[in-house]
Amino acid sequence: MGQAYSTIAFDPAKCDGCGKCMTACASVKFDSTDTTRSLIQIVRSGGASIEPPRPGEFELALCRQCADPKCATVCPAGALGKNGATGVIDWDASKCVDCLLCTIGCTYAGIALDEHSGRVSKCDTCEGKPACVPACPTGALRHVTTARIYNEVGSWEDLFAPGLAGCQGCNTELLMRHALRRVGPDTVLATPPGCVPGMGSVGFNGTTGTKVPVFHPLLTNTAAMLAGVKRQYERVGRKVTAMAIAGDGGASDVGFQSLSGAAERGERILFMVVDNEGYMNTGMQRSSCTPYGAWTSTTPVGEHTRGKSQDAKNLPMIMINHRCEYVATASTAYMEDLYDKLDKALAASERGFAYLHVYSPCTTGWRFQSALNIEVARKAVESNFVTLWEYTPESGLHFTRPVDKPLPVTDYLEAMGRFRHLSPEQVEHIQKKVTENLRFVRKIAEQADEQ
Amino acid sequence: MHTTDYLIAGSSHAALEAINAIRMHDGEGSITVVTRDPHRPYSPTVLPYVVSGRSTPERVYLRDDAFFTLNKVDYRSGCALAGLDPAAHQARLADGSTIGYRKLLLATGASPVVPPISGIDRVDYHVLRTLDDATRLRAAMAGSKNAVVLGAGLVGMHAAENLVKAGASVTIVEMSKQLTSGYFDEVAAGMIEQAFLGNGAKIRTGHRVVGLEPGPKGATLQLDNGDTIPADLLLVAVGVRPELGYLDGSGVATERGILVDDSMRTSVEDVWAAGDCAQARGFFTGTPVMNAILPDATVQGRIAGMAMAGDPGIKPYPGGVPLNTYHFFGRHAISVGSAAVPEGGRAQVRFDAASGRYLRAVFDRDERLTGIFGVNEFFDAGVMAQLILRRTDLGPLRERFFAQPLATGRELMSQLWR
Ligand SMILES: Cc1cc2nc3c(=O)[nH]c(=O)nc-3n(C[C@H](O)[C@H](O)[C@H](O)COP(=O)(O)OP(=O)(O)OC[C@H]3O[C@@H](n4cnc5c(N)ncnc54)[C@H](O)[C@@H]3O)c2cc1C
Ligand code: SF4
Ligand code: SF4
Repeated sequence: MGQAYSTIAFDPAKCDGCGKCMTACASVKFDSTDTTRSLIQIVRSGGASIEPPRPGEFELALCRQCADPKCATVCPAGALGKNGATGVIDWDASKCVDCLLCTIGCTYAGIALDEHSGRVSKCDTCEGKPACVPACPTGALRHVTTARIYNEVGSWEDLFAPGLAGCQGCNTELLMRHALRRVGPDTVLATPPGCVPGMGSVGFNGTTGTKVPVFHPLLTNTAAMLAGVKRQYERVGRKVTAMAIAGDGGASDVGFQSLSGAAERGERILFMVVDNEGYMNTGMQRSSCTPYGAWTSTTPVGEHTRGKSQDAKNLPMIMINHRCEYVATASTAYMEDLYDKLDKALAASERGFAYLHVYSPCTTGWRFQSALNIEVARKAVESNFVTLWEYTPESGLHFTRPVDKPLPVTDYLEAMGRFRHLSPEQVEHIQKKVTENLRFVRKIAEQADEQ
Repeated sequence: MHTTDYLIAGSSHAALEAINAIRMHDGEGSITVVTRDPHRPYSPTVLPYVVSGRSTPERVYLRDDAFFTLNKVDYRSGCALAGLDPAAHQARLADGSTIGYRKLLLATGASPVVPPISGIDRVDYHVLRTLDDATRLRAAMAGSKNAVVLGAGLVGMHAAENLVKAGASVTIVEMSKQLTSGYFDEVAAGMIEQAFLGNGAKIRTGHRVVGLEPGPKGATLQLDNGDTIPADLLLVAVGVRPELGYLDGSGVATERGILVDDSMRTSVEDVWAAGDCAQARGFFTGTPVMNAILPDATVQGRIAGMAMAGDPGIKPYPGGVPLNTYHFFGRHAISVGSAAVPEGGRAQVRFDAASGRYLRAVFDRDERLTGIFGVNEFFDAGVMAQLILRRTDLGPLRERFFAQPLATGRELMSQLWR
């Protein structure tokens, strides 16, 4: 059985029961206006009877495309099974004998009798483009699929040693392992001082923490050394990917001159920045990427200071001004997006400088529970605190995950301890900054659209 | 001698689920499957459709060879378990060879009961449990004019419908007063009976066959009231029972089936049992029952596999709940849970003659669902089974639930098991 994942997620808080998803499904699947035939069923909670209905009063019955599908387990005819390529539980009409046992196996009402045809019916996600999702006017439905990540990445080799020593709940390990898997074994890796070598990329007791050659440059010369290594390989005729995984401090402050120089020269390297908004590995000091108001050990909260008093430098926007082959921002809360960008960055690094900036929440330095890393990363994007986009010189800048209805920035700020002390004025400042930043990036994106 | 970490006897639902569960936790331990059947795995439940021609033998297999290769399973068909020495951790096979095992799962299912009717050994009759049975029955059906089905359980009724549709004149003989007793109540059974009569079948409920004689074409049945019925095709479908001869002298405790605890462990160390051959705790009775249905075989197989592999995620068996779906002449019937009204509880019934919709729901004294039965009234049986297993208090929702079991069940499902 395959491992791909494809499901339609439902946010009951957004659903107002308009039923447009059911209309769309019945029409697309059965060419019918009868919404009882729809494969997605929205039911109103019975206790609620006040008109008009309000969001939060609706429930959902829909196939979840289970990883462990009980419908398939009990099917005596082998008519149901996970499609490893798409993640969908396929129903083979020609094998099905209409015994209805699958409706016993499924506990989610995901497969049911269609009284018109006398046969069972279930959601097949419309070949990966579910009609219900765009039909929903409130955004309560979302199609989530990781089919590609599971199918391909699972079979690539993990190039980091097991047992790296990260803080509990840190997503940098996830990021490193995924990124290096994708980039592959023909890689020379530079990991300047920061969390990545701190976790063990450069190894212990004389062995490296990676299965590819790795070196530990200075904070100041990472891009320069890596460019030199790459040029030497090119000179002897060997094709390797030269990749750096650096922290935001190493890239935006003290390492910036070598980074800027390499970008300006168009060195063929892939520079990935793990932006946890500070020098977290050495005890949580501020960097130029630390946002306004954030507590760090060098921007303390006390009588005179209330966290950092300057705004963060927008490093990826600065990199655009080097006209690199590729510049993008990404987040571990959106792995499909991150993978897309890794692919493009990797390809671009064969032609010139590729820069990938990944926003990476830090459980220890930002002060939130270790289980909440992805949640915090998601809220950063959903509040527009950070934006996800990509840039190439040919097509300019484009948002890859535009946010329609952003969360108030307080939703993000309240998710962690480093902002706990903020005064209303400081929050207002941050909200303003978010708006201003967004407007700035949007302007550039609009100009790209006009081309 | 061949030795294996996991030895599994049987290759049907319980066995296949056990393989999945073992491989979920233990990717390497060697697995050997020995099965009496000569074919790749298939489900007995699909066989009526092989008989009717709706499906074909080549299309019913549940796993292909690649599955066994991928999961590193040594699959041996045509290879029956014949004896067991639990102390030595050895199993004896029908061909006389032995296999050493670390852990053993008995998933050998059940076989048709052949009633001790005088003369039965002198006539030709059919049963339906294996693919070869189905192929043989299908061939015989083509030429049948006068068929008799002995037993009005779901297997018998299914076959009877196939025979009717193939053009034979069919008589169903059933000892008890009602068709499909144990699955459906009187009213539902009445509707099923009407459908069969309407399609030309003859029904002789409340009668037993006391003798069988070879006739000019097939057999002649003699009923307890003296009537005789000629049959050019006789199908015996009076029930199933596990064949457990291989346990003789092994010390594994049995009653009607192999007795197991809530992790499907038998009375003997390193031996588990699951599916139709096992007798596990009934959800309603709390005592060991036979619940020979497909969904339960998969649940038990899963638990046994997890227990054998030492998977810490294992959850104890919740107890068996009867679950059945049945199609007859274009109509459908669904039964979930127990038909008996518990003390202090109540049953609610509605019937709409025009649409032929029938619904009966049973609640206990605390307003919890214990059974729900419908004809032509579709509801999500899997959701209903969970409401029963979770002992959900329907309290104020009961009336609405009864009026709209489909919508209300879905609403509860969506709220309760998000
Ligand atoms: C015609 C028919 C219709 C049915 N319809 C339904 C239905 O609609 N709904 C429902 O829930 N259930 C139905 N059932 C019952 C359902 O098929 C069984 O409950 C289910 O198959 C049990 O699975 P199992 O793995 O326990 O055993 P089985 O499916 O019986 O499989 C037993 C396995 O053990 C093997 N075996 C037997 N003896 C030995 C031995 N000594 N050594 C090695 N291997 C051995 C057999 O070859 C077989 O592979 C039906 C059954 C039949 C026959
Ligand atoms: S039909 Fe039910 S069991 Fe099957 S995949 Fe969908 S939700 Fe899961
Ligand atoms: S109704 Fe069809 S898909 Fe469902 S269990 Fe039966 S054969 Fe399988």
